[in-house]
Amino acid sequence: MSGSTTATTGGVGSSTPGPVDADAAPGGKGGGGFMAGPVGRNLGLVVAFAILCLVGVVTAGDRFADIDNALTILRLAAVVGVVSVGMTFVIIGGGIDLSVGALVALSSVWATTLATQQLAEDVHWIVMVLTALVVGSVAGLVNGLVIAYGKLAAFIATLAMLAAARGLAEIIANRRTQIVQDRAFLDFFSGDVLGVPTLVIMFALVAAAGWVLLNRTTFGRRTFAVGGNAEAARLAGIRVQRHTVKLYVLSGLTCGIAAVMIMARTTTGSSTHGTLLELDAIAAVVIGGTLLIGGRGTIVGTVLGVLIFTTLGNVFTLNNLSSSAQAVARGVIIVAAVLLQQRLATGGFSFRRSSDRPTSTGGPVVQGSPAGAVSGGTGTDGGPGGSRPGAGVDPAGT
Amino acid sequence: MSATRQRPYRRLASTTAALIGAGVLLTACTGNTPENEGGGGGGSNAASANDEAGETVTIGFSAPAADHGWMAGITEAARAEAENYEDVELIVAEGTNDVSTQISQVETFINDGVDAIVLLPFDGDALTPVALQAMEAGIPVINVDREFNSPFAARATVLGDNYGMGVSAGTYICEQLGDQPDAVVAEIAGIDSLPLTQDRSQGFADALADCGLDVDNRVAAEFTVESGEEAAANLLQAAPQIDAIWNHDDDQGVGVLAAINSAGRDEFFMVGGAGSANAMREIQSGDSVLQATVIYPATQAADGIALARLVAQDKSLSDVVSHEVPRQIVLNAPVVTAENVEDYIDTAFES
Repeated sequence: MSGSTTATTGGVGSSTPGPVDADAAPGGKGGGGFMAGPVGRNLGLVVAFAILCLVGVVTAGDRFADIDNALTILRLAAVVGVVSVGMTFVIIGGGIDLSVGALVALSSVWATTLATQQLAEDVHWIVMVLTALVVGSVAGLVNGLVIAYGKLAAFIATLAMLAAARGLAEIIANRRTQIVQDRAFLDFFSGDVLGVPTLVIMFALVAAAGWVLLNRTTFGRRTFAVGGNAEAARLAGIRVQRHTVKLYVLSGLTCGIAAVMIMARTTTGSSTHGTLLELDAIAAVVIGGTLLIGGRGTIVGTVLGVLIFTTLGNVFTLNNLSSSAQAVARGVIIVAAVLLQQRLATGGFSFRRSSDRPTSTGGPVVQGSPAGAVSGGTGTDGGPGGSRPGAGVDPAGT
Repeated sequence: MSATRQRPYRRLASTTAALIGAGVLLTACTGNTPENEGGGGGGSNAASANDEAGETVTIGFSAPAADHGWMAGITEAARAEAENYEDVELIVAEGTNDVSTQISQVETFINDGVDAIVLLPFDGDALTPVALQAMEAGIPVINVDREFNSPFAARATVLGDNYGMGVSAGTYICEQLGDQPDAVVAEIAGIDSLPLTQDRSQGFADALADCGLDVDNRVAAEFTVESGEEAAANLLQAAPQIDAIWNHDDDQGVGVLAAINSAGRDEFFMVGGAGSANAMREIQSGDSVLQATVIYPATQAADGIALARLVAQDKSLSDVVSHEVPRQIVLNAPVVTAENVEDYIDTAFES
């Protein structure tokens, strides 16, 4: 879907000198140029989501087009949605976090041990929430430090965390399901405000906060810069390593939030929570138009990606179809979305090169032209390595 | 320049220190020992001459990793059973879901010259060759739960009855709803690709067909709490009016019940599966939609230990007339309801 924007900006770029193009692609300038993007970029997703809803209404009628059903979909989307928001930051920043599912499990287990629950009973259930958030953040911090300062590939470092965190969760929980005893905790998080479930509100808040952080703050601009071209970002004065650490802490924090939500949803903490959650999150982020190679992506696209997958599951269940058929449909959607994105991105790239080459010396772009080649050409199937020369960076953005 | 650079570093250091401090505090929260531990498993059979101590036998035991309640209950019950006998020395290999690791565990047992091996294979087919090797070395193998593909690979086999579980659940639902041919019956299965899930569903469908009912809505979860919650939440939307639900597994049942409570639905009754202590406490409480559960005994490996001891000591089952321990024992899948829950809750596993 992002390709359509790329093509559009490419069109603009063909009639204007290089700098405009470079601004639009990696979101270097943030603000206006980037804001024009999400609408066109997500149009395809909105259409896909609408078609899915239409299928739901046609096949399941009132059972689908029902406010309770909509809230059920949103409630189920909430956990993977929150994790996906954190994942979007990490991927835009040029990394990957495979450990999110395991971190959710670890946080949920740690926050529901008998000792924590005893403490929560003596003090307040907020203890359980804080425990989950701190456990997630600290694990994210470890991820970030190992990746940024230990120079491990993000894929390997978080793969190691995936194994270790789930193992630790199993040890702590003794492979048992831990029941949440605190009624006040459950009542608060599984209740609703004015008919909207608390979980859905939390999801909305996290998504909104993520959008602001990504599009309206220096932190967000730096994230695009680091993911687009780490070396250029460093030359522009960004402390790339520290920023990378922050991204993984952020991802870990969203895992902590997701753990609280899953504890409320299931009334338990368990080392089996969040199994394969990392794949769901990455899939949602990728079909949301975020480049796996980093430097480009949107929160809105990610949210739409999550909603598409959750609604798909809901429509299949309403029609009493098997989970195997659902898995096939899920696979088809991922491949179709990525193929489309890749094809359009490549198209945009060839367009851009022909127009960019002659004028690239004029602009303030550091590595404008070859950068476009990497980010556009390699597309989405590029390895999720740590730092890699990517799209150009506007030094003025920092 | 250096001043501005130093300050953030110090801040990073203090943040790190604070987080580590919080981590240290948190470690205090990992304490997870319940105040009084309930014992799992253990025999409750009448005393017989077989219980008298004979020559001491060494039994090797290997099972998959205890990644959910039922499997944890299996190993726990096996240990408890071995402790009941002063003439049994049990060697428990670390649970693993890696086939080659489990094969090497059995090879170690053979090299150590144990008197018998109780084996719950992760994959029955993959462990058959090494079980044959043990039998050829003169070590009797007791196969538990997942069958080998060769009759020569085990001296005796103890099996749960997955098809029977479905039949028991279906029959119970028929008894409750038999006079309502239009009743809506829903099924929440476990991992759909496993043969055991297919067996359970087949038995359920066959038993329901017997009284003119069928499965109107079927969803599959993955034996985990989270997947159970998700599957049930969608199922409840799919079927606005339900009369009965069979949920294959009590581990995922915790999530299923959470979804039912959060949807505020109680027009139906639910039957569980496997028989966890949790589920039985729900049944006991009397105010839950969970009215019954079908047992898939977590005491299978404990039975295996008892049989291994008898085989190694050349004894037979005390209440069986024939001279030898039977080749195969298929355990029943009884329905536990509020009436008989007291009889089963002591041997139930904690999920």
